[in-house]
Amino acid sequence: MTKEEIMKPENLVYRKPELLNDTPMHYCPGCSHGVVHKLVAEVIAEMGMTEKTIAVSPVGCAVFAYNYIDVDWQEAAHGRAPAVASAIKRLWPDHLVFTYQGDGDLACIGTGETIHALNRGENITIIFINNAIYGMTGGQMAPTTLLGMKTVTCPYGRVPELHGYPLKITEIAATLQGTCYVTRQSVQSVGAILKAKKAIRKAFEYSLQGKGSNLVEIVSTCNTNWRMTPEKANQWMEENMFPFYPLGDLKDTGK
Amino acid sequence: MAQKEITLLKGNEAIAHAAIRCGCDGYFGYPITPQSEVLETLAAEKPWETTGMVVLQAESEVASINMVYGGAASGKRVMTSSSSPGVSLMQEGISYLAGAELPCLIVNVSRGGPGLGTIQPSQADYFQTVKGGGHGDYRLITLAPASVQEMADFVDLAFELAFRYRNPAMILSDGAIGQMMEKVVLPPYKPRRTEEELIKECPWATTGRKGLRKPNIITSLELRSEEMEKVNLRLQAKYKEIQEKEVRYEEYMTDDAEYLIVAFGSAARISKKVIAIAREQGLKVGLLRPITLWPFPSKRISELGKKVKGILSLEINAGQMVEDIRLAVECNVPVKWYGRLGGIIPEPEEVVEELKKMTV
Repeated sequence: MTKEEIMKPENLVYRKPELLNDTPMHYCPGCSHGVVHKLVAEVIAEMGMTEKTIAVSPVGCAVFAYNYIDVDWQEAAHGRAPAVASAIKRLWPDHLVFTYQGDGDLACIGTGETIHALNRGENITIIFINNAIYGMTGGQMAPTTLLGMKTVTCPYGRVPELHGYPLKITEIAATLQGTCYVTRQSVQSVGAILKAKKAIRKAFEYSLQGKGSNLVEIVSTCNTNWRMTPEKANQWMEENMFPFYPLGDLKDTGK
Repeated sequence: MAQKEITLLKGNEAIAHAAIRCGCDGYFGYPITPQSEVLETLAAEKPWETTGMVVLQAESEVASINMVYGGAASGKRVMTSSSSPGVSLMQEGISYLAGAELPCLIVNVSRGGPGLGTIQPSQADYFQTVKGGGHGDYRLITLAPASVQEMADFVDLAFELAFRYRNPAMILSDGAIGQMMEKVVLPPYKPRRTEEELIKECPWATTGRKGLRKPNIITSLELRSEEMEKVNLRLQAKYKEIQEKEVRYEEYMTDDAEYLIVAFGSAARISKKVIAIAREQGLKVGLLRPITLWPFPSKRISELGKKVKGILSLEINAGQMVEDIRLAVECNVPVKWYGRLGGIIPEPEEVVEELKKMTV
């Protein structure tokens, strides 16, 4: 059988999403970003919104998201993506506007912008990657770092006396009147990936329908800074992250 | 709508009315004295019901300037206004706007500092505005109005310059100009650009990939040093062009002047009274008023410096612009500074006394 004979549409079992380009990703092997990028790219194309999407990337590992997903992007200052997106959406009300942010960006330096954009009910979606650590800068403590978890700025483990407590910003978001859909997902298994994709699609649809602000947290791994193999990181996440950051919908008023 | 509309307004109110009239797409701001009337006037005027202009009270000046970034990066005519401490908070965002080459308008109705300072007028933000303020090598096109009329006129001018050069523009005013009421002729209504016009004027903007064009990406990030140097060199070439083409100033009684006052904004208004008193006493004084603080009218000041016996830089600060005047005249003529601090505006008589000291 020749290669040409095999490469037929009926034999196609998997294809890279059309909006995901060929630029080699800078993410570490095993990182959750790649999977979430794929889901975001798929959902935009499936919704037919390629020509009407304006995305905002953060400061952190996903700063270069604009290199991989072929839509219009703005790169925001650290933590400010929800403010940036608020203005874009108000000025371009029929566009799909979303931010893609990590835990340090969204839940630490950008807490104010996050809470207020969500509470104003801006018709945007925030994709929130929570891997409980600062990835880009080399594994420092994040607002979502678990108690006892070791990072380079809490090398003996996070203790409340010194470092305070991990912040459940998604739970806070669910209490805000401006939010429509608040959910926590993960992408460590095929089942989880399918659920996460549905959640992203729902959030994007609600924001287009003008139902308020939407937050999709993806509990993620950072195997490099967690100092684990990708497989071990997934296992550690299930055993340690999920009990503190339980998966599922926290709020859905869009139904 | 074509006839002249003359009205009595505060400087801050004039900014708001001018914004609505010059096709501004969005205003994002946070209350701070002495500029809160800008947001208050816009909220009362409800331009979202007439021109479609967006008006949003942000949660902070940090959010305001980043909203401006989002709007500017999508090609919209967007602006914010604040006063000194608030503008300090915006400096990170202003640096990003300059780095990403985004056109927008920032209005600073400045007050006395440092710190929380005072709510009274001051020109102590000159350094912050024209020397950088935020991080990195960048420049802000800076207009300094000296009247309520110029507050109104400079809104459209600032937007025009900002879009011509893809660069943030600042109106550096002060609490006196912002709060005082004067007769003002409001500019005629100019419609907001349509989506098609915007895309034509700003092909770089993030407007969505209409027609599946190549994605537009707005960023100030470039990790490769060789590329980042090229970005900086491009910015510097643009700043040079602005310096060559966009210097604006006003001259008053300089023809026969033996002494020259250089002053901007409120201080320039006081200077005209100073000149009247000084000339009554036989002292021939003239005024050069920089309208653009950056680009600075160095060339004209240098020329005048060769004709006069001395230059007085009158500033409502501890002596900031005086440094640029000294650089311009290259030690060819004595340059002195006079000013008052803490929100106090100098009296014309005390300035005349300073001029007299220069003659001995």
